[in-house]
Amino acid sequence: MDHGVKIRMKVNGQWREAETTPDRLLIDLLREEFGFTGTKKGCGEGECGACTVILNGRPLLACLIPAAKAEGADILTVEGLTPEQGLHPIQQAFQDEGAVQCGYCTPGMVMTAKALIDENPSPTEAEIKRAISGNICRCTGYTKIVAAIVRGAALLRGEAATTPAGVDRERVPQLPPVGPG
Amino acid sequence: MNWKRYERASDLNGALTLLDRAEGTGRVIAGGTDLVLQLGQRQKSAELLVDVTGIDELRGLCASGAWIRIGAAVTHREAAASGLLREEAAVLAEGCGMVGSPQIRNIATLMGNVITAQPAADAAVPLTALGAELRVVSAAGERWVPLEEAYRGVGESAIDATREVATEIRFRRPGAGAKTRFFRLARRKALALPVLNGAVCLWRDGDAGRIREARIALGPVAARPFRARQAEACLTSDRITAALLEEAARLAAGEATPRTSLIRGSEEYRRAMIRLYLTRTLWEMLDIG
Repeated sequence: MDHGVKIRMKVNGQWREAETTPDRLLIDLLREEFGFTGTKKGCGEGECGACTVILNGRPLLACLIPAAKAEGADILTVEGLTPEQGLHPIQQAFQDEGAVQCGYCTPGMVMTAKALIDENPSPTEAEIKRAISGNICRCTGYTKIVAAIVRGAALLRGEAATTPAGVDRERVPQLPPVGPG
Repeated sequence: MNWKRYERASDLNGALTLLDRAEGTGRVIAGGTDLVLQLGQRQKSAELLVDVTGIDELRGLCASGAWIRIGAAVTHREAAASGLLREEAAVLAEGCGMVGSPQIRNIATLMGNVITAQPAADAAVPLTALGAELRVVSAAGERWVPLEEAYRGVGESAIDATREVATEIRFRRPGAGAKTRFFRLARRKALALPVLNGAVCLWRDGDAGRIREARIALGPVAARPFRARQAEACLTSDRITAALLEEAARLAAGEATPRTSLIRGSEEYRRAMIRLYLTRTLWEMLDIG
């Protein structure tokens, strides 16, 4: 490859290296070289927050960062958040609250929420809204996302969530089984 | 293929040497949140990017004698959270807290907000009111550039990022008698460029005394962050009355040059908003009523 450069970074706790072009963006390196496709490319212009990853402890937009700028950085993507078994408490809270519709914004939302709760274990609703102001969701209208982050923070503090989850599975109407005509 | 080399400079001399050798094909990058897009869209070009954010001497935000100094690698997040700025120049902390989104503020720098040369820039407008200047260093030497002279036009800086490194922003500490305030009108409370923003700094003799000096910066109502000098002169007065504030706001609306825009509204609307927001801000700052 012409002008190939080696870029090395710690992703989800493991050092990884790729040989790539010098103008590769972090989002493309993560997705295409390292296979972490949980990080989504939405607008590609730093507007939507779908590509949010945690880089050296801060939520940042992988679509605006040259991969070479992240040389040596410590990066967490949604894959690194997810435990071997089950879900991370924030992911669990998103599921419990029904905070996912199409799901495209969810990895970015979850990473933004993780960075917020790491810094502020008991965020208020106003603090949550400010924290996710750079993450756009075009499905849910945010109410359930905010509720999920409140719930996720409570779970991470080791508390039972103070309010019942928004989704009561018993009451979700079941579709009749699809059978031959 | 976009840039062909990306170098992270560890000291200022190293950065200057890289730019010098590149003979105009290199370019300084800091947070990169505007530049990466501009390079991708071919609005700007560079064979070599020189990242200056790892240079220790560009990292500080501190008071030093009569000045507040902000290094070129300081981010909006750092400025918005700075106890020093909240205490002594709240207008700048408030403006920095409105730039882009949290993710953008975590990496984008105040210096970038100036060099990208947009008239709506939420950090550059308060810096204009604070009378800031930039230290610019190149192979040829060093100079200080007043912020108001750092613009060539919309999106066009007077700093040549292919040959020069802007290392530091400084402004005089406003001091104990000063009051500062930021205001902003946008279509949403987050992630929306301002229809109007403004920064007001007032120096009074005592709590209720005359206004000794007033500085008002507005954006985006001209090709660069705009000082409303007629309004400032009007406010410099012994008798602070509601009528005086309204007259100052009327003058500011007259001297600004907003254009009718599909995004930001008609010229008439934008002038009316300058008048309204400035009156309201001055009213609150001077506690009249």
